[in-house]
Amino acid sequence: MGSGWIEVVVASLLITLVGGTILTRGRSWLEPVFWKRFAIVGSLVMFAFLWILTFDTLRKTAIGKGRIPDPTVINRKIGYQLDADTGRFKPVVLGDEPLFGKTYTREEAMKLLVKGKLTIQSRNCMDCHTLLGNGAYYAPDLTKAWLDPKWEKIMIPMTGAKTKEEAMVRFLMHPDKYATWTRRMPNLHLTEEEAKAVVAYLKWMSAINTNGFPDHFGQSKLVKF
Amino acid sequence: MERLYESQKIALLYFSVAIVLFGAQLLFGLIAAYQYINPDFLYGVLPFSITRMLHINAMIVWLLMGFIGGIYWLLPSETGMDVVGAKLGKLAWFLLTTAVGIVVLVYIFKQIGHGNFFTIWFITEGREYIEAPRWADIGVVAVMLMIYFNVIATVFRSGRITGLLGVLLIDLLALAGLYIAGMFFTPNITQDQFWWWWVVHLWVEATWEVLVGVLMGWALMHVLGTPRRIIEGWLYLEVLLVFGTGILGLGHHYYWIGTPEYWLGIGGFFSSLEPIPLVAMIVHAVYDAGVHKLQTVNRPALFWIFLQAFGNFFGAGVWGFMHTLPQINLYSHGTQMAASHGHLAFFGAYVATNIVFVYIILQHLRAPEGPILDSRTWKVAYIGMIISMVGMVGALLVAGFAQTFFERAVGGATWQDYITAQMHPWVSVPYLWRFGFGVLFLLSYLVLLYDIATIGKRVPSVEVKPA
Repeated sequence: MGSGWIEVVVASLLITLVGGTILTRGRSWLEPVFWKRFAIVGSLVMFAFLWILTFDTLRKTAIGKGRIPDPTVINRKIGYQLDADTGRFKPVVLGDEPLFGKTYTREEAMKLLVKGKLTIQSRNCMDCHTLLGNGAYYAPDLTKAWLDPKWEKIMIPMTGAKTKEEAMVRFLMHPDKYATWTRRMPNLHLTEEEAKAVVAYLKWMSAINTNGFPDHFGQSKLVKF
Repeated sequence: MERLYESQKIALLYFSVAIVLFGAQLLFGLIAAYQYINPDFLYGVLPFSITRMLHINAMIVWLLMGFIGGIYWLLPSETGMDVVGAKLGKLAWFLLTTAVGIVVLVYIFKQIGHGNFFTIWFITEGREYIEAPRWADIGVVAVMLMIYFNVIATVFRSGRITGLLGVLLIDLLALAGLYIAGMFFTPNITQDQFWWWWVVHLWVEATWEVLVGVLMGWALMHVLGTPRRIIEGWLYLEVLLVFGTGILGLGHHYYWIGTPEYWLGIGGFFSSLEPIPLVAMIVHAVYDAGVHKLQTVNRPALFWIFLQAFGNFFGAGVWGFMHTLPQINLYSHGTQMAASHGHLAFFGAYVATNIVFVYIILQHLRAPEGPILDSRTWKVAYIGMIISMVGMVGALLVAGFAQTFFERAVGGATWQDYITAQMHPWVSVPYLWRFGFGVLFLLSYLVLLYDIATIGKRVPSVEVKPA
C-alpha cells in the first residue's frame, strides 16, 4: 500500500500516548480531568496530522502533477491497465487522440473542463450517478465512463454518430430519446456546448489515478456484447 | 405548564420545524424509493435526483435544527440562567427557516440551471448533501454565528463552564468552521471531493458524534439522574475516542478519489477503530440504566436513549466497519451498501437523539411533577420504527452485497454491468421490500406524531416500579 501510512499511524498514536501521559501525571484514570487532558491531546495531535497530510495531498493532487493529469490529456488516447507492482488498475496514456477532431491548447482545454465541471454541478449529476464512486446509486458510476465499451458497441449505432464523443454528446442532449433501460435519464436540457464540455470532463476524469477503482473496469464476466 | 425560559421557547420553535421536516424527509424518501420500482413515476416532473436530494437535505436540516433546539433547551439548566440575546436567537431561527423554505421551493420548481456560476450561487451547487446554493451557505454560516453568540454569551455571563458546555463550545465552533471548507468551486474534482469530505465526514463522523455525546450525556443526567462527574468523565473519553479515530478516519473517503495511496492504510486503520467510542456509549447507557434499575421519570426518552446507543453502534459502527477496509471497499464503494449503512447510522445516532429531546421537552411541558411520562402509543411508534428501519436496512444490505459482487467483482463496473446487476432479483426484489418497510416507517411516524400530540395530557396512573 505504499510507504508512509504505518509511520503516520504509529507516530500519531505514540505522540498522543506520550503527551497524554505527561499531562496526566499523578492523576487517577478515574478522574474526569484525566480523560479531559487525553481528549485535548488526542484531538490536537490527530488534527495536526490531518493538516500535514492535507498539505501533502493538495500538492500531490494539483492539476498536472501526475495523479491528476494535465488538461491536454483530453487530446490523448487513454487506457486502463493492470499495474503489476500494485496489483491494481491504473490509467495509461497511449498516444494522440484528438477530441471532436481537435487538438486543444492547455488554456482551451482548461476552459472546456471548467465549463464541464460547472455543467455537471448545475445538473446535480451526483444525485443519481456516482463520480469517483461518490454520489447516489440510481445510475452508473461515471469515474471511467469515457472508457465504457457501451458507447462504441451500442450508442454509436443507436445515435447514428460517427465517433464516440459525438455519440456521447447526442446522448447527453437527448437521453430520453436514446434510453436503453426502463430507468431512463431525464432530459436535462444541455446545450451542445455544455454536452461537449461534459464529454471532455469525463475523458479527463477517466485519466485520474484512482488507486485502482473501479477494479478491472470494462473487463466483464457478466456482460458480453 | 411551567414557565419557560426564552431559550426553551426558541428550542420549541426549532423542534416544531424539525418535526415537520422529518415528515418531508420520509415523504421524499418514499417517492425516491418508489422511483426505483417504477422509474416512470414523476419522470420528467420530479426526477429522482431531486426527490433523493430533498430526502437527504430535509434530513440534514431537521437533524441540525433538532440539535440546535436541544442546545437551547439545555442551556438554562446548564448555566442557571436564560439565554443572552433571545431576540437574536429567534431572528436566527426565522432566517434559517425562511432560507430553508426558499431553497426547497427552488429545488422543487427550478431544479437545475445552466453550467455557470449563477446556478452555483442561486439554484444548486450540485454537490451531494451540500447542494444548497452559495447564498444559502453564507446565510447558514451567519445563522450559526448568531446561535454561537447566544451560547457563548450565555455561558460567559453565567460565569460557569461545565464540562458539557466546554465540549459544546469547542465542538460547535469546529462544526461551523468546517462548513466553510465546502464553499468554493474548483475544476479539480479530486480536490473538490477532498474538501467536500472535510465537511461531510468531519460533521457526521466527528463533530456531530461529539455533539450528540453532549446532548445524550445531558439527557442521561435528566432522565436517569446519573451524576455529572460520571457523565463528564465518559464524555471526555468519548471525545478522545471519536476525534482520535474519526479525524484520520476521514482517510476512508480518500481511497479512490485520486488522493495518494497512503490514505488506504491510514483510513483503513483509523476508520476500523471508529466503532470503539460507540461501544463505550452503549456500555455507558446500559450501565447507567442498570445502576438505576431502569427507574426513570420518562419512559419513552429512556428507551430512545437505548435505541440511540445501540443504533449508533450497529448503524455507524458495525455497518460502517463492514465496508471500511480498502480491500472490500474497492468493490463496495458507491453501492447500496453505503445506503444501508447510512440509513441505520443516521437513524440510530441522530434521529434517536432528537426524539429523546422531544420527549424530555414534552415531559417538562406536560408532566413536570410526574408521576412519569408514559403512554401506549409511543411504544407502537418505537417498535414500528425499529422494525421498519431494520427492514429497509436489511433490504439495502442484500441489494448492496449482490450489487458489489455482480456489478463490481464479476462484472466490470460498466454502464451495462450496472443495469444487469440492478435487474438481478437479489437487487431488484429488495427494492420492493425497502419501499414496503418505508411505508411502515411513515405510518410509525404518524403514530409518533399522535403520541407527541397526546402523551402526558391525561396523567396516567402508572406507578414508578423497577423493571
